[in-house]
Amino acid sequence: MTTMAKNKLSPRRRLVNFLVHLLLAVLAIIWVLPIFWIVLTSFRAEPGAYTNTFLPQGYTLNNYIKLFTDRNVLNFPKMFTNTLIIAVFCCIFSTFFILSVAYSLSRMRFAFRKPYMNIAMILGLFPGFMAMIAQYFILKAMGLTEGSAIRIGLIIVYSACTGLGFQISKGFFDTIPRSIDEAAIIDGATQWQVFTRITMPLAKPIVIYTVMTSFIAPWVDFVFAKVICRANADQFTVAIGLWNMLQKEYIYQWYTCFAAGAVVISIPIAVLFIYMQRFYVEGMSGAVKG
Amino acid sequence: MENSQTNVRNALKYGDLYTRLSALVMGAGLMAHKQIVKGLLVLACEIAFIYYMIMKGLHALSMLPSLGTETQGKVWNEAKQIYEYTAGDNSQQILLAGVVCCFVIAAIILLWILQMRHSYHLQKKLEAGEHVPSFKEDIRNLFDKNLHITLMTLPCLGILIFNIVPLVYMISMAFTTYSKEDEHLMLFDWNGLTQFKRILNMNGNIGRQFWHVLAWTIVWAIFATFLNYIMGMVLAMIINRKDTKGKAFWRFCFVLSIAVPQFVTLMIMNIMLQPSGAINVLLQNLGLTTAPLPFWQNKLWARITIIVINLWVGIPYTMLQVTGILQNIPAELYEAAKMDGAGPAKIFFKITLPYMLFVTTPYLIASFVGNINNFNVIYLLSGGGPTYVGDTAGQTDLLVTWLYKLTVDQQYYNLGAVIGIMTFVILTIVTLITYRNSSSYKNEEAFM
Repeated sequence: MTTMAKNKLSPRRRLVNFLVHLLLAVLAIIWVLPIFWIVLTSFRAEPGAYTNTFLPQGYTLNNYIKLFTDRNVLNFPKMFTNTLIIAVFCCIFSTFFILSVAYSLSRMRFAFRKPYMNIAMILGLFPGFMAMIAQYFILKAMGLTEGSAIRIGLIIVYSACTGLGFQISKGFFDTIPRSIDEAAIIDGATQWQVFTRITMPLAKPIVIYTVMTSFIAPWVDFVFAKVICRANADQFTVAIGLWNMLQKEYIYQWYTCFAAGAVVISIPIAVLFIYMQRFYVEGMSGAVKG
Repeated sequence: MENSQTNVRNALKYGDLYTRLSALVMGAGLMAHKQIVKGLLVLACEIAFIYYMIMKGLHALSMLPSLGTETQGKVWNEAKQIYEYTAGDNSQQILLAGVVCCFVIAAIILLWILQMRHSYHLQKKLEAGEHVPSFKEDIRNLFDKNLHITLMTLPCLGILIFNIVPLVYMISMAFTTYSKEDEHLMLFDWNGLTQFKRILNMNGNIGRQFWHVLAWTIVWAIFATFLNYIMGMVLAMIINRKDTKGKAFWRFCFVLSIAVPQFVTLMIMNIMLQPSGAINVLLQNLGLTTAPLPFWQNKLWARITIIVINLWVGIPYTMLQVTGILQNIPAELYEAAKMDGAGPAKIFFKITLPYMLFVTTPYLIASFVGNINNFNVIYLLSGGGPTYVGDTAGQTDLLVTWLYKLTVDQQYYNLGAVIGIMTFVILTIVTLITYRNSSSYKNEEAFM
């Protein structure tokens, strides 16, 4: 805005603008403060969960060092590898499932299409937990709840039902003009070629979005992991580990390490999220427009 | 391709010998009608099914009505001079095997119908002298006009095995005595609607808790959904105002809070709001309060705290979601309203809100459902507490968190299943009513 335009603003409008910016500043502080606080806590030198001061008295890197070197009580490095393995596989399967279903529902016409969407809606109304407890019994019957098979169990649990979460991708596919597909088919392309060579490159934002959300899911879920791992400490994922650090028996020793762990996990996820938020917005508004 | 003429009845009535034979030997019709590989595959399925039924299925089905009768017992072994434990029936495994068997039978019936129809269809094609696709062509079609079959088979199987079967299994538990109460964890029995009556009975202990939890769940979902929605929208509008500077910076501040994993922020909030947590320390150091505020210890405080923190969690999400849609509102509407001298509040309530409600009703319903099933916020913040002595449900427990406590902690599986079903029923009713009354359903034409 030029100075000319600025001078034109009436005093009343300037006051409103000032108040709006003040309000935004206050809100921004409220929203950023807890994050700021946890970052400070992760560098705090004094141990324990509760201190008498809001800000730390001394700063140290020991919390991070302990987090990655202390393998005796809560083995964070091990949890980190567990989660990474699960996340990689989960990412591959979920992405394939979600995009396949979304493409089929958006582009193909078949008898089971409408029923599938209705069934997906109805299944979404059941509390996720109800299936979860029974899933545990099914995994147990398959022998996937002991030892390192738990990892396979978790991968299955995280990716098996992702075919129900097609809405955002389908909304995005719907906005790609069908005439492009039709032209390709006239030129002799098969549907498979249209899917892999035309729609996928055009839908790059939503593909990236799906890959990232599927990769993030195992890092941030703790309920399923907790029910399926039960007491198998060597199979814990990062989320259960962090949750355990806040339990009564560990909190005094581990609280600042929890803060460090939270920061370590949050940074990559936050970067991924901020990078993909525009795809999310595009997916949302695209889906509505379509 | 296959029209209404090719149904099973016609296949049995007018089909040739091989088509009719397929009723017994599945795949016979396909093999006779030049689709040998497909026919063999179908036949293999039938053989596998028969093998499964003989080895396991029939036994599983026969046990289903009684759910097992043998209790685990001990038998005195004279020779070894010790008690030997005999394995009793495990009702939970019997029920699971029974449910799985029912699904296998349903699958084979479906396959039977499909192959009957297809066989009759092929027969008619041959009679008309049309080309019957070879196995190779079928495979090629799976990557062309039948691509949806290739793409959707695995996801559908996943949903069937890890969502539908578990749900049916869990729903069937609601009609049994499977619970830690009265030691029914190993061996349990069907008992009809007893648990449903128990939950709906307002005078009983469980029933009283159910109605309390239900009331709070609905209050919570309404507050959480609508406050987030309105405030998120207002925030988005304030940031998008023409005169607001540093739009990207403000947006970044708010997005940062959702970029951090939710369970992490929730656990941090829980710790910060403890009696000796950071917030109370800060308030006391500033001299605003003398004693710690009972954020989680008092019922009303806990409820309000949860709703407020959920605003903290949810407003940035709504802001992200509505930003794009807000910009789609036709500018003429605003100009016309301004010409007529409408103030900002009037414009918001007369134009923005109705437009947004019209466009986003499906999202609003989805977020209402999400809030009723919002496990993380409650479980990680208050853990459902404060809990009164003798209750299984705390004062901030939602139906889902109570369901979790009843099944995972208390092992009252039948009660948990009933609560799950009740949640589903409530959500279905709410969804149907709101969807039917929404303007996007009543008036399918565009807004205005």
